[in-house]
Amino acid sequence: MQVKITVNGTLHERDVTPRTLLVHFLREDLALTGTKIGCDTSQCGSCTVHLDGKALKSCTMLAVQADGSDVQTIESLAQDGPLHPMQESFWEKHGLQCGYCTPGMIMASIALLENNPHPSDEEIRHGLEGNLCRCTGYQNIVAAVKNASEKMGG
Amino acid sequence: MYPTEIDYHRASSIAEAIELLSQNDDAKLLAGGHSLIPAMKLRLAQPGLLIDISHLEELKSIFVSGDKISIGALATHAQIAASADVQSYAPALASAAGIVGDQQVRNWGTIGGNLAHADPASDPPTVVLAYDGVIHIQGQSGSRSVNAQDFFVDLFATALEPGEIITRIELSNSSSAKSAYVKLSHPASRYAVVGVCAVLEMNGSTCTSARVAVGGATMKAVRSPGAESVLTGSSLDDSALNAAAAAVKSDIEEFLIGDMSYPEDYRQAMAGVYLKRAVHAALGS
Repeated sequence: MQVKITVNGTLHERDVTPRTLLVHFLREDLALTGTKIGCDTSQCGSCTVHLDGKALKSCTMLAVQADGSDVQTIESLAQDGPLHPMQESFWEKHGLQCGYCTPGMIMASIALLENNPHPSDEEIRHGLEGNLCRCTGYQNIVAAVKNASEKMGG
Repeated sequence: MYPTEIDYHRASSIAEAIELLSQNDDAKLLAGGHSLIPAMKLRLAQPGLLIDISHLEELKSIFVSGDKISIGALATHAQIAASADVQSYAPALASAAGIVGDQQVRNWGTIGGNLAHADPASDPPTVVLAYDGVIHIQGQSGSRSVNAQDFFVDLFATALEPGEIITRIELSNSSSAKSAYVKLSHPASRYAVVGVCAVLEMNGSTCTSARVAVGGATMKAVRSPGAESVLTGSSLDDSALNAAAAAVKSDIEEFLIGDMSYPEDYRQAMAGVYLKRAVHAALGS
């Protein structure tokens, strides 16, 4: 099936089989491997991207469902320029260890701040329930999101 | 993990979706896909054709009409949680929608898909049942309405017939009622091990009408007529709550489900505890 999907500002026209998951389309057809596949069962959130402005686990949507939509992945944030404030904050607050959950964690955190620019620690933890980290214990991730909220005018 | 081979069609109207659904025995409707696609990846569902209804705008709106609040089948959990109308007319539904899954799941999962899937551990069926909701359904032979009480038939089974589609969910305006949904969440999945919703009409400190529904512990969302009759006419004091807890445990006996971590008798006991918590939460006490 022909699909037209805008990813990080570029329109891509591709022929995909209907069972192709969006995350596979991003990683394998477009070689955007920043988006990770973790659990592949809609739980861990490492495949989180934004679709038409809303956070989505891209392992839980078919590429054909995204036909005509606008997708933002982790690669859209810096694009040869300065780091996004959320990326800077994860760096400064050491919000990662192995880094595997980080692209999804950052995309979910940006969506969280869009809906709630001044989250409390508890709201950050509730907002990131759909993203699992097996290294940090989350403490520094919460600190990073809090730091980013201040940087971003929150 | 890919689903099996499928065909995909994006429907441009409800009529077209019903037509395709009726013509293809192995077709499934696809809305948010957040129950169906995981099931397809695990081969628990292997439809031959997916009919994507997610672009049917007329099924997305939430509005108040007279003494009813009407929620389109494609309203997402996030949309319901944030809706001022739902917050004021059915606050327990707004709060339950806000704790379904996680941020990402709530953005895409829809109430119609959720009810059609009828997962016993999911939150919305219990709440829609406690609000005495009506499910509006369309099929090739026209439209019909089914009360939530008759809609949930068994584990993952509903009153939907082949070729039918949920269009809207209607709840009575309960803005004068006190209501709350509380749950014992599974610590990993956050699904309800036990979920209880109480909707109480009050006259001063006397409860004039009560509706109680239980999910998670049971194979489907079920009402507790015993607890409802104990609470109605009482002042919701400790002795009434103890009697209602005993009644709820007895009412759900025949529907109990359990697993290694949370056996039936534990869930049954917790249903009594969570009924009391639901009443306290509804009253803000």
